Amino acid sequence: MTFDASQGAEAPPELVQLLTPEGERVEHPHYDIDLTPEEVRDLYRDLVLVRRVDKEAVALQRQGELGIWASLLGQEAAQIGSGRALTDADMAFPTYREHGVAWCRGVDPVNLLGLFRGVNHGGWDPAEHNFHLYTIVIGSQTLHAVGYAMGVQRDGADAATIVYFGDGATSQGDVNEAFIWASVFNAPVVFFCQNNQWAISEPLEKQSRIPLYRRASGFGFPGVRVDGNDVFACLAVTRQALKNAREGQGPTLIEAYTYRMGAHTTSDDPTRYRVASELEAWKLKDPIERVKAYLFRNQLADQDFFDAVDAEAADLGRDVRKRCLEMPDPEPLDMFDHVYVEPHVLVAEERDEYAAYLAGFEGAE
Amino acid sequence: MLREFKLPDVGEGLTEAEIIKWHVVAGDKVEVNQTIVEIETAKAVVELPCPFEGYVSALRVTEGQTVDVGTPIIAVETGEGAAAPRETALADDMVPAPPVEAQATEPAEAAGPAKPERQPVLVGYGVKLGAATRRPRKAASTAGASTPGPAASAAPAAVPAAAPAPASVPPAGRAGGVAVLAKPPVRKLARDLGVELAGVTGSGPNGSITREDVHAAAARPDASAAGPAPRAFTGEREERIPVKGVRKATAAAMVGSAFTAPHVTEWLQVDVTGTMDAVRRLRELPDFAEVKVSPLLLVAKAVITAVRRHPMVNSTWADDEIVVKRYVNLGIAAATPRGLIVPNIKEAQELSLPELAGALGELTEKARSGRTQPADMAGGTITITNVGVFGVDAGTPILNPGEAAILAFGQIRDLPWVVDGQIVPRKVTTLALSFDHRIVDGELGSRMLRDVGAMLEDPLRMLAWS
Repeated sequence: MTFDASQGAEAPPELVQLLTPEGERVEHPHYDIDLTPEEVRDLYRDLVLVRRVDKEAVALQRQGELGIWASLLGQEAAQIGSGRALTDADMAFPTYREHGVAWCRGVDPVNLLGLFRGVNHGGWDPAEHNFHLYTIVIGSQTLHAVGYAMGVQRDGADAATIVYFGDGATSQGDVNEAFIWASVFNAPVVFFCQNNQWAISEPLEKQSRIPLYRRASGFGFPGVRVDGNDVFACLAVTRQALKNAREGQGPTLIEAYTYRMGAHTTSDDPTRYRVASELEAWKLKDPIERVKAYLFRNQLADQDFFDAVDAEAADLGRDVRKRCLEMPDPEPLDMFDHVYVEPHVLVAEERDEYAAYLAGFEGAE
Repeated sequence: MLREFKLPDVGEGLTEAEIIKWHVVAGDKVEVNQTIVEIETAKAVVELPCPFEGYVSALRVTEGQTVDVGTPIIAVETGEGAAAPRETALADDMVPAPPVEAQATEPAEAAGPAKPERQPVLVGYGVKLGAATRRPRKAASTAGASTPGPAASAAPAAVPAAAPAPASVPPAGRAGGVAVLAKPPVRKLARDLGVELAGVTGSGPNGSITREDVHAAAARPDASAAGPAPRAFTGEREERIPVKGVRKATAAAMVGSAFTAPHVTEWLQVDVTGTMDAVRRLRELPDFAEVKVSPLLLVAKAVITAVRRHPMVNSTWADDEIVVKRYVNLGIAAATPRGLIVPNIKEAQELSLPELAGALGELTEKARSGRTQPADMAGGTITITNVGVFGVDAGTPILNPGEAAILAFGQIRDLPWVVDGQIVPRKVTTLALSFDHRIVDGELGSRMLRDVGAMLEDPLRMLAWS
């Protein structure tokens, strides 16, 4: 059987959902979540703010201030839900689109923009935030994550590892190798696949004849499909999978069933390969609107709250823009700084040679 | 303060974009991130958000214009004192300001233009900077000491004068923005040998330059001369052929015909397996021992036979009367070294089949050897053009002037065909009949074409209708 992305409105019944697109709370036999009104409002705020950062970054790219940007539009719930399930000790390995997870890990959004502006190679310390640098190569971070998880396992630490990848990455050799290693070594890792239906221009049916979460059973560990636009469900399912990992029950594959509302990156034009009706169907399942409806319906937030969040988002957008434009260009010799942790003879020699070359220009000292 | 928004590289490595639609006009108030324009790049149509808040002072480029990345496209009056929106600078003077002029309007950035300082470059790859120059190297002693490699010794004196030329003048013979293709080792070899790659014609895959190309270029006496040489053409870029002779006659006849007689063309696919069998059988008969028997022979016979049944197709429009010919001077269009000619077989209706075969052979032979006389081409009444010999199915033939019909005979191919409810491979050809609608109506033209087809499908009909 195959799943047609254009039929996305009728998600398969095995989908774990706790909050419907209309904002109604529903029960699931295996997963539940008990959130205080404060926690729900915080989740809403997270969703709105990361969307605003993303929007500002897209605009900055269109103004020539970023070389490229990979928008997370539509995938906020999958990222905030899973990101908020992590404990401080847990480690996350992102792709290049996990701006929402970065937000949850306390990474300054401007640092994300620095990479896409070409002024740094990822301006945050992965150890400080337990959030690895963005990985551009498709799927390779799954192997890094499994290796890291096996290290955690050997340390006996009370921590889990989560690794993010997309539907297209499931066709990569690295990802399948990572599944095997994680499975046979019972590594404490959660594979979090954001199935956004499109691998650039390749639809899901070109990746798999079965739902992606079912791949896990072939490797010998559980797989679950969650409504990736439902922040409650993503939080509940990821929390459970991380708990299982920490308790020595091995890996889990989570397929967050979602949709990439924007282009693959700012270099892409999705209107060339997908139909508008598909987009319209998914608009009705917006991850933010359903939380807003839930808050309203249950009188957990008033208009003042929503206005305040909107104002905070506008400030954040302005702040991100301002600080992005202020980021200094790197010095030419900076590129030698982070090649090795320790001083290195060959790198030092190359740096000195390059410095001498630069000094050869008129006006240089 | 007046600020300009330069066209960014919205993809990766795009160099230009077409302005599709402006969403603002001069005088409009704009906010940060407000959509101001739609552009189309080689990759996508995208909307550009405004990076400034203020009033639109002028649109620097017009819709439909293709502009390079880095070109100022809009000027916005920002900050305090920007209240008075300018109503000037409308459509008529919307020309792209060259980057140099644009900076002159911007005092902050115009500071010290003479200094070879690096301009702030828009993020992205492949941004073309028309005025880019190399930074000058220091005087010989220090430069030579600190910079290894052959380039260093030549650099101090030569660079300031020579360097701007290759940077600002695109190499001749190459489209703007198309990079020279060469692998890095080849580029190094070229540099070592002092060969300017832009002047080398590549013989490798996709026109890439190989080591051999570089060596060959280095061996040429003027290979190291400064500046990219214009690509050497062995002859003129365009050839001018005087219109005369057969070409002139053909042109006059075709124009005269096409714009005088209202043409109608009908098509028919025909199973000619029977014709091919008949051709083979005829070849075995002693009567045809001296002549060539080809499918064209049976097509000619079919046309002659069909004319008997439909004389109106064998006629001439003479303004106030229609001249119906009781004879068939059968024209055969022939491609010859001198061009297209249409000699005809006189009184073809009187010829036996072997005689017709002989006449066809003689006509073809004369045409090929260029011995066709003007008289041979005069007085035609109907024509066959055998385009099938060129490997095409059919075309829309244009009437030979003074005639009312022309039949194009396409190639004969094996095609799946339904015979008695079964799909079987058959020999199939396409016939196209053009006729002068002043004389021949659709019904008559259709019957003529159908009859020819029927005779080729079953050559026995030629006997029946003779």
